[in-house]
Amino acid sequence: MSDEYKDNKIEAKSADSSSGGYAPPVEHIPAKEAPEQELYHAKSFWTKWVFSQDAKVIGVQYALTATAIGLVGLVLSWGMRLQLGFPETFSFLGPATYYQSVTMHGMIMVIYLLTALFLGGFGNYLIPLMVGARDMVFPYVNMVSYWVFLAAVLVLIASFFVPGGPTGAGWTLYPPQAILPGTPGSEYGIVLMLVSLSMFVIGFTMGGLNYVITVLQARTRGMTMMRMPLTVWGIFTATILALLAFPALFVACIMMTLDSILGTSFFMPDIFTMGEKLKTGGGSPILFQHLFWFFGHPEVYIVALPAFGIVSDLISVHARKNIFGYRMMVWAIVIIGALSFVVWAHHMYVSGMNPYFGFFFATTTLIIAVPTAIKVYNWVLTLWRGNIHLTIPMLFALGFIVTFVNGGITGLFLGNVIIDIPLSDTYFVVAHFHMVMGIAPLMVVFGAIYHWYPLITGRHLNQTLGKIHFWVTFLGAYAIYFPMHYLGFIGVPRRYFEMYDSPYMTSAIGLNQFITIAALIVGFTQILFLYNIFSSVFKGEKSERNPWKANSLEWHTSDYPPTHGNFGKELPVVYRWPYDFSVPGSDKEYIPQDVPPSQVSTAKAEIT
Amino acid sequence: MFVAIIFALVIVGSIIFHFWSPWWWTPVASNWGNIDDNIILSFWVTGTVFVVVCLFMAYCVWRYRYRPDRKAEYKPEDKKLEFRLTLITALGVAALLAPGLVTWNQYISVPKDAMKIEVLAYQWGWNFRLPGNDGALGTTSVSLISDENPYGLNPEDPNSKDDILVMDADLHLKINQTVKIELRSLDVLHNFYIPQFRAKMDMIPGIISYYWFIPEKKGDFEILCAEYCGLGHYVMRGRVLVDDEKDYSNWLARQITYEKMLAQKSVEKKLLIAENKN
Amino acid sequence: MSNKELNIFKLLSQKPWEPAQAALDNEHDGKTFGLSKAKLGVRTVMVVSTVIFSLFVVSYSDRMLVHDWKSLSEPWLLWINTIILIFASFIFNKAKVYSDQNNFNKSKNALLLVGFLTFSFITGQLLVWQHFVSIGQYASTNPANAFFYLFTALHGLHLLGGLFFWGKATTKLLTNNFNVSKTKQAIELCAIYWHFLLIVWLILFGLMIAT
Ligand code: HEM
Ligand SMILES: [Cu+2]
Ligand SMILES: [Cu+2]
Repeated sequence: MSDEYKDNKIEAKSADSSSGGYAPPVEHIPAKEAPEQELYHAKSFWTKWVFSQDAKVIGVQYALTATAIGLVGLVLSWGMRLQLGFPETFSFLGPATYYQSVTMHGMIMVIYLLTALFLGGFGNYLIPLMVGARDMVFPYVNMVSYWVFLAAVLVLIASFFVPGGPTGAGWTLYPPQAILPGTPGSEYGIVLMLVSLSMFVIGFTMGGLNYVITVLQARTRGMTMMRMPLTVWGIFTATILALLAFPALFVACIMMTLDSILGTSFFMPDIFTMGEKLKTGGGSPILFQHLFWFFGHPEVYIVALPAFGIVSDLISVHARKNIFGYRMMVWAIVIIGALSFVVWAHHMYVSGMNPYFGFFFATTTLIIAVPTAIKVYNWVLTLWRGNIHLTIPMLFALGFIVTFVNGGITGLFLGNVIIDIPLSDTYFVVAHFHMVMGIAPLMVVFGAIYHWYPLITGRHLNQTLGKIHFWVTFLGAYAIYFPMHYLGFIGVPRRYFEMYDSPYMTSAIGLNQFITIAALIVGFTQILFLYNIFSSVFKGEKSERNPWKANSLEWHTSDYPPTHGNFGKELPVVYRWPYDFSVPGSDKEYIPQDVPPSQVSTAKAEIT
Repeated sequence: MFVAIIFALVIVGSIIFHFWSPWWWTPVASNWGNIDDNIILSFWVTGTVFVVVCLFMAYCVWRYRYRPDRKAEYKPEDKKLEFRLTLITALGVAALLAPGLVTWNQYISVPKDAMKIEVLAYQWGWNFRLPGNDGALGTTSVSLISDENPYGLNPEDPNSKDDILVMDADLHLKINQTVKIELRSLDVLHNFYIPQFRAKMDMIPGIISYYWFIPEKKGDFEILCAEYCGLGHYVMRGRVLVDDEKDYSNWLARQITYEKMLAQKSVEKKLLIAENKN
Repeated sequence: MSNKELNIFKLLSQKPWEPAQAALDNEHDGKTFGLSKAKLGVRTVMVVSTVIFSLFVVSYSDRMLVHDWKSLSEPWLLWINTIILIFASFIFNKAKVYSDQNNFNKSKNALLLVGFLTFSFITGQLLVWQHFVSIGQYASTNPANAFFYLFTALHGLHLLGGLFFWGKATTKLLTNNFNVSKTKQAIELCAIYWHFLLIVWLILFGLMIAT
């Protein structure tokens, strides 16, 4: 189908008629060169909702699948916390189950929940809408991407049911231990995990192809890169990182699979175990670690960058103020993305690699802190002199700032190689990464859901439940992880099934019990949130169009909520960046991106 | 109002928790006190940033809360301010990094007079090996491991004869004796970690990693394995006992060398054969 | 129209809120590159594959240094396979040239030949596998073997993926039911992909015979 761009002579929908007083500068729209995009039209229920090629449906499918498997990860964490807080009372977890829980929890949360949710979920839903496209550029590939992801999740779940159970190798899957007896699931569980991860990478690459090329080539007229909302910048950069970083995981998975099934020795060194020397030998476990973290560190930013982008938009919209330092925000995203490929070995300071690498990686790691800090300043400076609506998305954004800053500064500890020596592999690390890549991005996920839920369903989430959800989650999660750093200072190692016989650890029993109780409360509150999500589809208060008075294109579709093809007969034409809030001299409090200057009483913004 | 206050209280609460907390690191018992100094430096610098940023945020939330008659400022950027903030941050980060790298340099430069001790890890326990009078450890290989040769020592290597084998999870060290521990693993990754010494390093099968320290306090310290190594990871403990000169020599005198062990084993074997013949 | 040469620094220093910039931006047609999405797609896939193969090469070079490495004795069949693959690439280029000249009949024949050559290559690789297995050189025998199996398998899978798109284009030509510009593009992209896989193979093969 061919699209006609909306001519600016036609009345824009949100314009009020009194704005015609200002004579616009000459605006002409260059002629169209080619039809924009062929759109696939679904004919049956199945192709519309199940094997859908509509990015919005695929986004929701991704989000629901990720949430479902994320719940498994959450439930696993309860078992672990009960064991850690009350080892005597709850003895249903043996060490094998504990380590399997740790492993599956970590992997599920990082890959199958957060990565899938931010890129597959928010990426699919928001990218086409925000850049003014009818759909992703390769809708069919996009659909396959989801189904491969689903298959990967099913393989992961299957590993719970094979003999020996799922792998208990830790989410880092370090060889040789991951495939040797002495580790739970070292026969079938680990192989299924590796297969599942490889499938995830393949599925993701298909999706990632779409996200990147849609952003690059399918934007609507007038939508320059620097007019994109930061959400798109974040997801776009994260996708590029993922396309370049996931291959490392893929390579590592394949080689380890061969080590495990065919008895090769890519990663298997000379080993003496169970009274004999293994036939394999000569391989390098450290090589695996390099490959893993060459993926693993960018992975942290694959989760963080979309969160950065989304939270910037949440703060700006709900503070009714343009994001402060937009260019700096974009630069920071790009610089962080680039640098994230030269810091990976900060996870390996104590791995026995050449110790001189420590100088290099400590330096690069601490350099990354600078652009990251600037982002934080700019978020806070956006609040400064804003007009802050304390809506639920804004509350979550504030919660994000606190938890992210807290987790970020402990990153400065761990990145500084000498400080990492005592703290690595202790609960300080567990507290750090939960704060910075667990809780902080989840705050953004929640905020984003409260923000865009009306767009997806046309209804609001229940506000009271939302407030309870925010306060319990934020305060509870903070109460879990802030004190946990102190366990790390004491020296409590991570991945310990129990350790109350150690003299200096007994002092922390009370603290551990407190953390467990807080974790359970936080966990159950998420069930309240899920209830809110499902019940509000039917019972939620109806939302009017563009309830938050945002400027970006997703709120300005022809139908609300947006339907197949997103933008009715004509694609919108973009005339401004998405942050024209409270523009001085303008009669409007906010000016959507597709409103031409002719419909604003004053086009000239005074800039000081 | 309410929201701003709670956010401020979270920050204040964190500060109070820090001062009230009975949980803090154990007193340092090695020469690596300067690692603690580095942590303290980072702690106060970054802690201040955390408190300032978050309190500023809470202030903004209160001061600029929604009012229908308020109009937010329109300010796309402020180059000067952004530049200053970048510069300050960069300086702050450099101030944390520089002393850290200096200490790291010490950490990886082993003093010449250090006594070498091998720590041998396996699933799930610890063994140790001290050099004999020659001060050198003999070379090893896992393919040589057998009942007679549990460490896989190279019998051809003259240095190995007088190596002292400590087949026990307790290691004794002489106070103020600089040691370089050489870390070796038979099977999977492990990590030799004693919280009071602050130092740690992974042990990798096939590779010898190391670090050094000086035990400066007498006492009994727990060894924890700090790299996940399978089901028994959490029970993989050992002890380091830091003795004064006299206790140490007493302990040392009770240990046996590789040569002696070989002799003992062959005697046992002969006895066994003799018994079987009878 | 907007200039399609992308200067990242210039792009990133735009101030989208300034009226002067806005006037320029309003003219922008929303595309970053003057390329079709399919072309960009293939390029992206090639970038990802390049990363994968590079990481394998790095792993190979790391593993190679260990004492237990025994060089592989490459059978002469591998040389023949290599020549076949070079040929396939060469013919693909012909097919592209013909289709550019709208000579679809010749292009079709060239494509069929490419298919034949490519399948021969894959069969040849499988024969090499069989040869190694028959002389007891399994993947677990030596890391050099393991890498050999890994490289050939991965490269072969990439080729099979290419053959899927080759098949689509060829069927269209055979059934005489095609959209000219789209088919031209498909042939061009497949040709690029074949050249890419040839280069990958030459690098991998070179690495294996050199060590
Ligand atoms: C309130 C929710 C959560 C609780 C109570 C929780 C609890 C835990 C616990 C008890 C451990 C094991 C620590 C150990 O034994 O060393 C753990 C590990 C881990 N968690 Fe969470 N967690 C939560 C949410 C998350 C989220 C959202 C993420 C996403 C990044 C995450 C990522 C991880 C990772 C990567 C590990 C390490 C696994 C390993 O050591 O192999 N967790 N968590
Ligand atoms: Cu990292
Ligand atoms: Cu361990």
